[in-house]
Amino acid sequence: MTLDFTHRAEVALRLNGRDLTTVVSPRTTLLDWLRDDIGLTGAKKGCNEGACGTCTVLVDGRRMNGCLTLVVQCAGRSVTTVEGLAGMRGVGEVGGQLHPVQQAFADHDAFQCGYCTPGQLMSAVACIAEGHATDDASVREWMSGNICRCSSYPQITAAVLAAAGEDR
Amino acid sequence: MRDFAYARAGTAESAAGALADPRTTVIAGGTELLNWFRLGIAAPDRVVDIGGLDELRGIAVDGGELRIGALATLNEIGEHPLVTRTAGALASACLQAASAQLRNRATIGGNVLQRTRCPYFRAEEPMPWPCSKRDPGSGCSSLAGRHERQAIFGWTQDCVAVQPSDPAVALAMLDAQADVLGPAGPRTIPMREFHLTQREAADVGQPMRETRLEPGELITGYRLPVSADGQAYVKVRERASYEYAIVSAAAAVRLDGARAGGARGQRIATARVALGSVAQRPWRLTAAEAGLPGAPLTREALIPVIERAMADAVPLPQNGFKVLMARNAAVRALLTAGGAR
Repeated sequence: MTLDFTHRAEVALRLNGRDLTTVVSPRTTLLDWLRDDIGLTGAKKGCNEGACGTCTVLVDGRRMNGCLTLVVQCAGRSVTTVEGLAGMRGVGEVGGQLHPVQQAFADHDAFQCGYCTPGQLMSAVACIAEGHATDDASVREWMSGNICRCSSYPQITAAVLAAAGEDR
Repeated sequence: MRDFAYARAGTAESAAGALADPRTTVIAGGTELLNWFRLGIAAPDRVVDIGGLDELRGIAVDGGELRIGALATLNEIGEHPLVTRTAGALASACLQAASAQLRNRATIGGNVLQRTRCPYFRAEEPMPWPCSKRDPGSGCSSLAGRHERQAIFGWTQDCVAVQPSDPAVALAMLDAQADVLGPAGPRTIPMREFHLTQREAADVGQPMRETRLEPGELITGYRLPVSADGQAYVKVRERASYEYAIVSAAAAVRLDGARAGGARGQRIATARVALGSVAQRPWRLTAAEAGLPGAPLTREALIPVIERAMADAVPLPQNGFKVLMARNAAVRALLTAGGAR
């Protein structure tokens, strides 16, 4: 059977709860597509090689590096970015509700410059859903893929545990 | 990143068929491949995506064998009860690799095909310095420059790099077999022979060859004998998490006799041990495995056996410390596997 190779790929996926179809060059990363084509700049381009975690998004609920994922690999999948965390009608609107993890980060001052925060939030949501936010050591291990150069790690760890209900 | 043409494979056979064209590369998770594309380490005209092939997924025990599909991710393997129960060193190696988000993408098929972390090798084109892996015959800038992280076994003047995979060390220690599919049909490669040192590659006249995988072959999965041995994977690194190994060690130990006085009072019945990040392949300490049965499971008894098995190490001027560090990692892995600590 011969495969049909193409330079323009049509990809249907769900982004922050909305179904859409996009046509991309196969080399387009999920990160570049989100930022440059869709205009969602929450996921950041820190290292662009999988070392820093600022581009972390959820694909079918699992956290992944957007810089190491091609859009074509997301066909039929559901992608969630930090913009989708609070729901489409949440953040930025008067009276909008933050996601509990966002609220916990605010409550615990879990950032300084904020550059890594979208990636930290997405990773934290997954970390809690996976059941890895059980204690300090487990959070530090399972959040190690997100670098914070302001070194807000103690506050981030506290926020993740609080959002997980483990801050007793 | 250079443009390429893309296709999704519907079957493993169709993917292997596409790979018969040498301008074609296979993508699964892509966590390593996309960085190769960015640096110019690979620049294929065509990329075939095997990520949708359910036939390459799954983890199961069948008879006395643990079967792991090539598309199983490192997180799936690391947290799967069948793996933690029957191949604990592999589960541990998977979870100590990379980060949580990388492990959700990285597959066990691609992981063993990752290439060295040597910073001279991982330069962006155009190459600012010689590297025989990037430009065959150009020489080794690491040998002439910094090489404290490089090989202590099997290196040549052409290249002193090490293979960085954690799971590969556990797979080699556990006598796993890789199932591969290629133009000549399916075949099996023992994981302890899968990678080649620079010396072994030179001896077969292909000095820059890194594995026994032939062009056009695709890893479809692994089979491991189910083991009740105590197991451990010890990874020594510069930070506690999300870092490549300086050295690592995987071990499996079965003890003899009754548990009088706990594991410390017991003798070793059988032991397997392999080092990681000391050569361009996982380094089984076969001489130690022959010498350990009958030895008590103590640090004092293990050290001389491991030292004798590492007597052929040839450290570089800057990495002599790795000999002692690897010895200690092997001893700790054996003690942990045997339950002594």
